[in-house]
Amino acid sequence: MASLFSTVLLITGGVEFLTDRAMRRALAQIRDEDPEVAVSDVEAASVGAGELTALTSPSLFSSHSAVVVRGIEGLDPTAADELLSYAAAPAADVALVLTHGGGQKGKGVLDKLRKLAAVQEVTSTAPKPWEVSRWVATEVRQLGASISEEGAGYLVSAVGHDLRSLAAAADQLVDAATGADGSRAPISLDLVRQYFGGRAEVKGFDIADAAIDGHTALALEQLRWALNNNVAPVLITSAFASGLRSLARYGVASSKGLREAELAREVGAPPFRLKRLRAQLRGWDSTGISVAIGAVARADLDVKGAADPEYALERMVLTVTGARTE
Amino acid sequence: MTVWDDLVGQDSVVEILRTAVASAQERLAGGKGAAMTHAWLFTGPPGSGRSNAARAFAAALQCLDGGCGECQTCRTTLAGAHPDVSLVSTDGLSIDVAEVREQVRLAALRPGSGRWQVVVVEDADRLTEKAADALLKSLEEPPPRTVWMLCAPTAEDVIVTIRSRSRQVVLRTPPVAAVAQMLTAREQVAPDLALQAARAAQGHVGRARALATKEAVRERRRAVLAIPGSLTSVGACLDAAATITQTASAQADEVAERLEDSERDALKMEFGVEDRGRRPAGYAGRLATLEKDQKRRRTRIARDSIDGVLIDLLSYYRDVLATQTAPGAELVNADVADGVRRLADAGSPEQTLVRIEAILGCREALEANAAPQLALEHLLLTLRH
Ligand SMILES: [Zn+2]
Repeated sequence: MASLFSTVLLITGGVEFLTDRAMRRALAQIRDEDPEVAVSDVEAASVGAGELTALTSPSLFSSHSAVVVRGIEGLDPTAADELLSYAAAPAADVALVLTHGGGQKGKGVLDKLRKLAAVQEVTSTAPKPWEVSRWVATEVRQLGASISEEGAGYLVSAVGHDLRSLAAAADQLVDAATGADGSRAPISLDLVRQYFGGRAEVKGFDIADAAIDGHTALALEQLRWALNNNVAPVLITSAFASGLRSLARYGVASSKGLREAELAREVGAPPFRLKRLRAQLRGWDSTGISVAIGAVARADLDVKGAADPEYALERMVLTVTGARTE
Repeated sequence: MTVWDDLVGQDSVVEILRTAVASAQERLAGGKGAAMTHAWLFTGPPGSGRSNAARAFAAALQCLDGGCGECQTCRTTLAGAHPDVSLVSTDGLSIDVAEVREQVRLAALRPGSGRWQVVVVEDADRLTEKAADALLKSLEEPPPRTVWMLCAPTAEDVIVTIRSRSRQVVLRTPPVAAVAQMLTAREQVAPDLALQAARAAQGHVGRARALATKEAVRERRRAVLAIPGSLTSVGACLDAAATITQTASAQADEVAERLEDSERDALKMEFGVEDRGRRPAGYAGRLATLEKDQKRRRTRIARDSIDGVLIDLLSYYRDVLATQTAPGAELVNADVADGVRRLADAGSPEQTLVRIEAILGCREALEANAAPQLALEHLLLTLRH
């Protein structure tokens, strides 16, 4: 990568974790270029008049300096003007890194910055819900390993959509898949299960899957396990709601002759779920789905009210499994 | 023209308030003025014009002509800009004790105009318990020129100690004909459209005005009323539920985008934050409170939006029931009578009653904090035919 000195790096997109990471990577590169670099790091909203000019002036104590300004949408107009005039002619021994928190605020300054020759922009956008497991696969690949599609999908349903947690999980899995001699096996579904199988959300979705599959005893056992482990009842009802919603949407969409990726988008579920949904759909018709959704809606209210959550959720599981056609 | 012109179909209320205004004049002249009192409670269904009635009353008290509607005093009061009339309303879910204490302090000041110091609390049903207690003190020992005007849907919505110290003014649901007439006279709406809008709004004056004057609002209502006829499959039900929830959050976002930045800027201005990078004491706390209020407002707007949809659906199924049980009855949604008839023919009154119960149940569930999309999915699957 070209030197970051005498340039202005603009990090946009507003996904906090990705913005942070891009910024940390930029700083690491800057420190690689000059380990002695003097770094100052300020919140744009607290930058007063004249401060930016002072920060970007040559340092007395080191030959290079780096300035990080976080959240440039918070700059007041005077400081924004100073920023623009500096960015039009940046100093050779200064690296300036800017972050923008996303949204419409500060768009005027962004647009003006983008027109300047010295400004390089790095944009990070959050993956769409159905792209998250592919995002995980890319993450793993960048760490020099690979993960099976099912493994990535399972990880997403276990850890959720928080990118910071997913990146940390990917890191941990790559470590686990690396042998003593440095060789790396592909990360399998089993390995992911081994590491992330006990997580709360897995249980919510596992219980919903078991109930939708018609495995009453298994669903009840998992339900008790989850409640004993302090899984919040609303996580369980929302897992049921989302499982039934996907199932119903799959039922509608599967008859349209769509390709897999389109089908996944239409259903709002990751591609690896489709096979499972196809199998699940065999036990269900539209009346059953209506009854089941009704039971979940009732349980949602019950657990938020004064009812005993265990009883409310057991009744929900029994009503859902009983609503199947077979 | 007078300040009372905007109170559509509320003749008896206007009568009471006029008498009070005359009494108030008497009192200013040193007389007894028995029909005037220092605390008023305006109740009536949403849209009946509670806060408009209170504002008109405030204007009439301040106006030298008893509410001419044309002088500077009348106009500034109606516009919410009169220095001796403060308006307390909330976009959040509640009015807190700090706000009420401030109003109690203001209410005790001598009116600058030498007439009355008026405080209109537009959402008295949203006073927190502590806030109501703070208000009670001022109601118990009223300063001589202070007038409190509290507005709430019903008297039961305010605590009994406040209720018992206030004179109640009950607004009724204005008749369709009166609303339609107002729309034609004031908004120059064609009589047909005015009548249709007044009927569809079921006595909610603001909603009638919006329906009569804004095509986008009519478009939304048409889309909502098309839902019952479209619920022929599970997929259609889930789609409609998703659309309703998405529209609700889009409306909340729209308001957020319009207001939140400028509210934050106003706070910055108040603390002089713009000039220097320094943060004055107290700013962080106020900013946190503001952000919490903004979040609550977004939730409330989304909730109100969904409730508006449910009210329209309710009126639609009531029309279906009327068509099934009392042929020839006047329909609220006469403009979509064909769709109403199709549903009426396709089912029995018993089925329609089950559906109406389901809508009422859904409103209650949302009131009890149910997950909105799930509650709507359940409802629409129940409405399916
Ligand atoms: Zn006047």
